[in-house]
Formats: sequence, structure tokens, C-alpha cells
Amino acid sequence: MDLIRVRNVEKKYKNGVTAIYDLNLAIEKGSFVFVIGGSGSGKSTLIKMLYREEKPTKGQIIVGGLDVAKLKNKKVYKLRRKLGIVFQDYRLLPKLTVYENVAFAMEVIGAKKDEIRQKVLKALEDVDLKNKVHNYPDQLSGGEQQRVAIARAIVNDPKLLLCDEPTGNLDPEKSMEIMKVLNDINKSRGTTIIMATHDKEIVNKMKKQVVTLKDGHLVNFKQKGTYDNEAV
Amino acid sequence: MKPFRMLGRSIRDAFKSSVRNFSLSLASISCITITLIIVAVAIIASVNVEKVTKKLEKDLTIVVFMENDTTDKEIEHTKEMFSKIKNIDTYEFKSKLTVKEEMKQESEILGTVLDTFNTDESPLKDTFQIKVKDVLNIGETAKTIENLDKVAVVRYGEGMVEKLIKAFSSIEKVTYGIVIALVLVTMFLIINTIKLTISTRKREISIMRLVGASNFTIKTPFIIEGMILGIFGSIVPILLTVFGYRAFYDHFGGHLFSRVIVLIKPEPFTYMIALIVFGIGILVGMIGSASAVKKYLKV
Repeated sequence: MDLIRVRNVEKKYKNGVTAIYDLNLAIEKGSFVFVIGGSGSGKSTLIKMLYREEKPTKGQIIVGGLDVAKLKNKKVYKLRRKLGIVFQDYRLLPKLTVYENVAFAMEVIGAKKDEIRQKVLKALEDVDLKNKVHNYPDQLSGGEQQRVAIARAIVNDPKLLLCDEPTGNLDPEKSMEIMKVLNDINKSRGTTIIMATHDKEIVNKMKKQVVTLKDGHLVNFKQKGTYDNEAV
Repeated sequence: MKPFRMLGRSIRDAFKSSVRNFSLSLASISCITITLIIVAVAIIASVNVEKVTKKLEKDLTIVVFMENDTTDKEIEHTKEMFSKIKNIDTYEFKSKLTVKEEMKQESEILGTVLDTFNTDESPLKDTFQIKVKDVLNIGETAKTIENLDKVAVVRYGEGMVEKLIKAFSSIEKVTYGIVIALVLVTMFLIINTIKLTISTRKREISIMRLVGASNFTIKTPFIIEGMILGIFGSIVPILLTVFGYRAFYDHFGGHLFSRVIVLIKPEPFTYMIALIVFGIGILVGMIGSASAVKKYLKV
């Protein structure tokens, strides 16, 4: 079954730049998809449209049965509860501990304290950070901070995990750690993962599905793809 | 229960944030305090002015003196004529004798002097005391009455009173205007102060949005925070209203400048004002922070 359906989507920004031209895409439940392309290829725009930070100017995007483009600002939270998002810059709250940062995602949707405790610890275990529960973000390395962000993204058991250049700020070794964590999540939790990246090595090593974008056009969508230099 | 749990968290967050951002909270609180004091003063002034105006209007009468040789029949006729004049609310007839008795009661000397006259040559006249419906048209009504048969003299405030009432009613309007303007200005100031507090928490709000908090959930702590600021901001104005007005009232002995301007008694008047000030404080704080946070809920 398709978790995501993108139909004839076009995105034109207010400054006149068109980031995506007539994009069609269907992503199955449980898959792990890389979105690759150079700067300005539209990969970030695509991710942003999936969690509705941006609205498409034309076409339809369905995520988990929700028509994202038609979603009112007030109802965006319904979409966001179905997915987790990981950014290049982690976006943690500096005044909260690791535990609190992850728990935050559950508190704001009104979960019970016991449930929060149980799920937060499970998520932190999944990203191998159980021993840093009481640390603050600035006491952690970049890779650890990103793992906290991943724990926060998966703590509510989303069907979909969107990652926008999650390894962009990390060295190759730390990047592979992150990829291992993501791969485990994909396998053990069955979470669909869509990850925008321009890290050639990662894409080639992981051998997952690859969506290649160039100047806002879909170049190809391959199973077990690699980073195609020419296409990019 | 989920809603209670969420409300509990909102209240906790609101207190945390107003303590954490203490200096900014203090700025909002003092801003609310100052304007609420002015609002309280303006309300007290306008309610007092309104009361004085009402009293003056009520006391204002047209006194109609009839000619000396007016017969009872002519008096009846005049009464009929009065009932045809629209602006006349009520009238009271006082015959020469009644007037004489009244005067006697007021002063013994006057009484003995008046006793030297017999009824026919009495210098006193039959009178009507007339209350009008619309004070501002009193001049015209007086003129109409003056033109009736057998009416000798018509007396009323002759302009002075009308001017006073006109002045008072414009003072009233101005103070109401000031109150409304002040409330709006406070709201604007609070929106801006709270915006400052919130811009430091922009990141927090955007993360809340990203992890799926509904706008309602995000807004509630801020609105409660605004309420807290409003409550703290209204403490000093309330104390000033209750004790300050009491002191003011006692100092002037309940009158201002002359016997005409009677001040409203402090209790329960000041309690009412305190309640209004409290209400405005809370409302302004809530609306202020609600509209300040709105801007950040669009990501």
C-alpha cells in the first residue's frame, strides 16, 4: 500500500522560483527512500511539502490518507502526529535535558506520564542513548544530538520519518552511526523513512530506493539505487 | 482525564515562563499597572461626573409665577395647557397660601412680615414647579410657558445650568473615550511586550508545531501567562482604587469644590471599580498574548 502519493505537484515560490515541476511519486509503506540531488534540485522543498511547511502550488499530496495541500493551518497537527521529522540542525531545546526533549513531543499531545516515561526510554534505547538521559544537548556531540532528535521523532510511533540532510553536519563515521540507527528503526518499527541527502557514500552503501531530482524535475526512481553522478 | 492533564501542564508552563522571563514579565506587569491606574482614575471620574449631571438634571425646575389676579378657573386652564406641552414631565402647583406657609417655616421673621398682608394684597404669587423631560430644551419650553395667559414670570437656570450640563456631558464622553483609548493602548503595549517574550521562544513554538501540538495547546500556556501578568498588573491599581479613593473622599468630606458636586460613597463603589479594573487587566493580558503568539503559529 502506498503511504505517500504525490500527483502532478508543482511548487512555485512567491519570489517566482519554481522548485518542483510536475512531480509524480508513490512511496510504499515500510520503504526506505533517499531523495538525492544537488543544491536547488528541490529535495528540501519536497520534504517540506510532505510535512506541510510548504504548500504545493498545484497538484495533490496524500500522506497517510491526509490531503496535505488542502489541510488548514489549524489542522496541520493531525498530519504532524503521523510523522516524525529530523533536521540537519537537530532543533533540540537547549534548556531541556535529553529525556525532557524527547518527552516534550509526547507532552504536547497530552500523553499520560507513565506512557511518556516508558516510550521515551524505549526510544532513547533504540538510538543507544540511555546513559545520557539527564544530559543537556550542549553536553553531547553532534552525532548524539542528532540521535536525540531521532528519538524525539520516533517516540510517538509515527508511520513516517522525514529526514532533511540528517548527516549534513556530521563526519563520515558519525554519519554511518546515524544511518545504522535509521536502518534499525526502519526494520524493527516498520517506519517508512524518507531522507534527503547529498552524501554519495551513504547512498551507495545503503542500497535503498533512490529518488533523483534535478532542477525540480524527477530524473529517476530506482530500487536499490546508487548515487548517479551524471543524473545529479 | 486528558483535557485536565493538558490544562495542568499549560498552567505549569505559564508560571515557569513568567518566572524565567522575569524582566520581560516585569515590563509587561508595570505597563499594565500604569495604564490600569489611569483607567481606574478615568472611570471613577466619569462615573462621578455622570452622577452629578443626573442629579443636576433632576433638580432642575422651571418655576412659573402666575399673575396676582389669577382665578382658580384660570389656574385649571393653565394646567390643561401644560399637559399639551410635550417636554413637561411633571408639574406641581403651589398656591399663595402654601408658599406663605413654607416661607414661614423657613424663617420666623419672614412669617411675621408676611402676616401683615391680607390675602388680596399679598406680594406672593401662585406658582408652578415644573420638571422637564429633556433638560437641553428647557429654554424653549420656558418660552412657550411664558407666552401662556396669566403667566407673569418664568424662571429657570437661565443658561447657566444648561451650560454646566452640556459641559459635564462632554466631560463624560471624553473620559469614556480616554478609557477606551487607554485600554487599546495597553493592549497594544502588552502585545508588543509579550511578543518580545515570545520571540525568544520562537524555536520552542516551531518545535511544538513540528511534533504535532495543536495550536490550541500551544496558545493556552501563553494565554494563561497573559492572565497571570494581568492579575499581577492589577494588584496596585486595585489597592490604589480602594484605599486611594477612600482617602480622597475623606479628605474632601464627600464634596468637591462646593455642595453641588457630591462624590459617590467609596463602598461599594470602589469594589465595583476594582472588579472592572481586575477584569480589564486579565482580559487585556489574555488578548495581548493570544494575538502575540498568533504570528508564530503559521509554520
